[in-house]
Amino acid sequence: MQQIEFDTKWTMVVDIDKCSGCGSCMVSCQAENNIAPMEDGSNKLKTLTWMLVYELNNGKEFPERESAYLPRPCMQCGNPACVPVCPVVATTKDEEGGIVSQIYPRCIGCRYCMAACPYHARYFGWFDPIWPEGMEKALSPKTSTRPRGVVEKCNFCHTRLMDARARARAEGMDPNKLPDGWYKPACLESCPTGAISFGDSKNPEHKVHDLIKDKNAFRILESIGMDPQVYYISRRDWVREQSDNHLPKDKH
Amino acid sequence: MDRNLFPEGVTRCGLPKFSLWMAFVSIFFLWGAYAAVVIFVNGIGVTGLDNYFGFGLWITFDLAVIALGAGAFFTGFLKYILKIDQLKNIVNLAVIIGFLCYSGAMLILTMDIGQPIRAWFGYWHPNVHSMLTEVIFCITVYCVVLLIEFIPLILEQKQLNKIPFVRHFAHHLHVNMALFAGIGTFLSTFHQGSLGGMYGVMFGRPYAFRDGFFIWPWTFFLFVLSAVGTGPIFTVLVCTFIEKMTGKKLVEYKVKALMGKIAGSMLCLYMFLKIIDTWAWATGYLPSVGLTFDEMFYGNIYGKWLMWVELGLCGIVPAIMMITPSIRKNPALLYTAGILACIGVSVNRYVFTVQTIAIPVMPFDTWEFYAPNWAEWTTCGMIVAYGVLVLSLCYRYLPVFPSEIKLNSK
Repeated sequence: MQQIEFDTKWTMVVDIDKCSGCGSCMVSCQAENNIAPMEDGSNKLKTLTWMLVYELNNGKEFPERESAYLPRPCMQCGNPACVPVCPVVATTKDEEGGIVSQIYPRCIGCRYCMAACPYHARYFGWFDPIWPEGMEKALSPKTSTRPRGVVEKCNFCHTRLMDARARARAEGMDPNKLPDGWYKPACLESCPTGAISFGDSKNPEHKVHDLIKDKNAFRILESIGMDPQVYYISRRDWVREQSDNHLPKDKH
Repeated sequence: MDRNLFPEGVTRCGLPKFSLWMAFVSIFFLWGAYAAVVIFVNGIGVTGLDNYFGFGLWITFDLAVIALGAGAFFTGFLKYILKIDQLKNIVNLAVIIGFLCYSGAMLILTMDIGQPIRAWFGYWHPNVHSMLTEVIFCITVYCVVLLIEFIPLILEQKQLNKIPFVRHFAHHLHVNMALFAGIGTFLSTFHQGSLGGMYGVMFGRPYAFRDGFFIWPWTFFLFVLSAVGTGPIFTVLVCTFIEKMTGKKLVEYKVKALMGKIAGSMLCLYMFLKIIDTWAWATGYLPSVGLTFDEMFYGNIYGKWLMWVELGLCGIVPAIMMITPSIRKNPALLYTAGILACIGVSVNRYVFTVQTIAIPVMPFDTWEFYAPNWAEWTTCGMIVAYGVLVLSLCYRYLPVFPSEIKLNSK
């Protein structure tokens, strides 16, 4: 499929060296996006965690052991593996900004997109969403809830983009040229260490425009060619080495 | 009691014995039907599938039965298009098996998709870039073609055939069968290929991804060839199974041997290309994304033994056995080769379905394990039971085997 280039490219940059692995981003994502708590959350392979924090380590034993935490939202790939495989066009990447959308009322739940995504960023609603009594009143009114049987995923809190565009229109500005900081996903807002940055990487006025050019910036699985819109930064060699697969001879 | 319904000139077991057999098989059918109800009511969270394994036993089972059901379109193609007349003695059975395999696969799919009532969206909102769209179109249309191919046989039932309209209708369907065989061949070839293409286009999954020709990855062509290399011999195995169960000769051995020869030739071509494909994948593609052949395998259930079984014991060995005349002439050896080939294609479908998504592609990710649970096993069992029930009824009441009377006359 031909890759579409947009004038705006919403990009997330996560500074791994700042991330403490607290999980605040995961929790705020759950709350913002109306992800129902599971009756039995012990099976982590059936929970819905659009934002998932991986623990990395340098493979050494104490006292040389080091750890790092890598939050993983949907990578919003420039060349997504999930989009061309969907048989019903329930997932697309055709809106300015390059966010990969997921249309829940159209998804038939075939899970082909999950099989195609190597980042495991797509989640299936295995069970009916049930909120504990009273909690349903605290649901985010702007985010749709999903029935069981459809695939769901992070959309960079797309409703917040809608809000930011509405604000821009109200203030007589171009809704497709939002100033830096007007559109913030929930995970960014709740991050206590400021590890997450977000903005338009094609707009020189946005912080992420420079951040992605940092010499320590990298993306996961670059060799496969999915062109993710999520970047990571780490000054530690062993963290960057885990960004992609390498043959023994090309270890750096 | 039901003797009047039997095909002309044949003998069948008594109704009590037949009823006992049907009741026995129905236990498995009903057990699976219970699981299906549980799944439809509670959702597929009750299965062993999870966020890593969106595809599991059901898709493996679907792909395997569809490959094994390929005897229908390929035998139809050889009989009606290439006019290999000897195959008329087994083509009815091939069509029934094909119909059962395809309709069974579609029944499983209604459970497998999370939103069964939206299944028609595949037609309404088709994504022309998706191999699965092609599968949805071809599989449903081909299932209808198989039904059209099956109907004349049903209409030939002795009592039904006494009705003039039915007799003439069946006759005209027969006359036009070459047309349906042609449509069936086109549709089935494409969707067998698209099933392979589904995996081959997943460029995020290094175990399955393949380059290819135009929009089709190599797996497209490999799936077609592996299906026509095993479908015909599966038909022979089912025929032999019915013969052993009933104690009757139903098809001349030379027809079975011919089917074995056809399957063997196709399997040889498939193995030749599959080995080249595997070599190119292991030494070309994998290193290009920083991976090695060894990293594609892990532990016992994802071990390299699967590949050696698939390509060696259940690939090269049966291919050679089936194309060697002296081996093919020995029924026990031909059937052994057939069983091996069918296991081989099933292993191929398993590894492409499960191994592909079990492999951690991100370097810091881990291998995950998948075990189907009772809900998946019993529903697959239900489909097998459905096939056995329909096949039993067909054998008892329909003239499936044209040479049965001649072969069993004393």
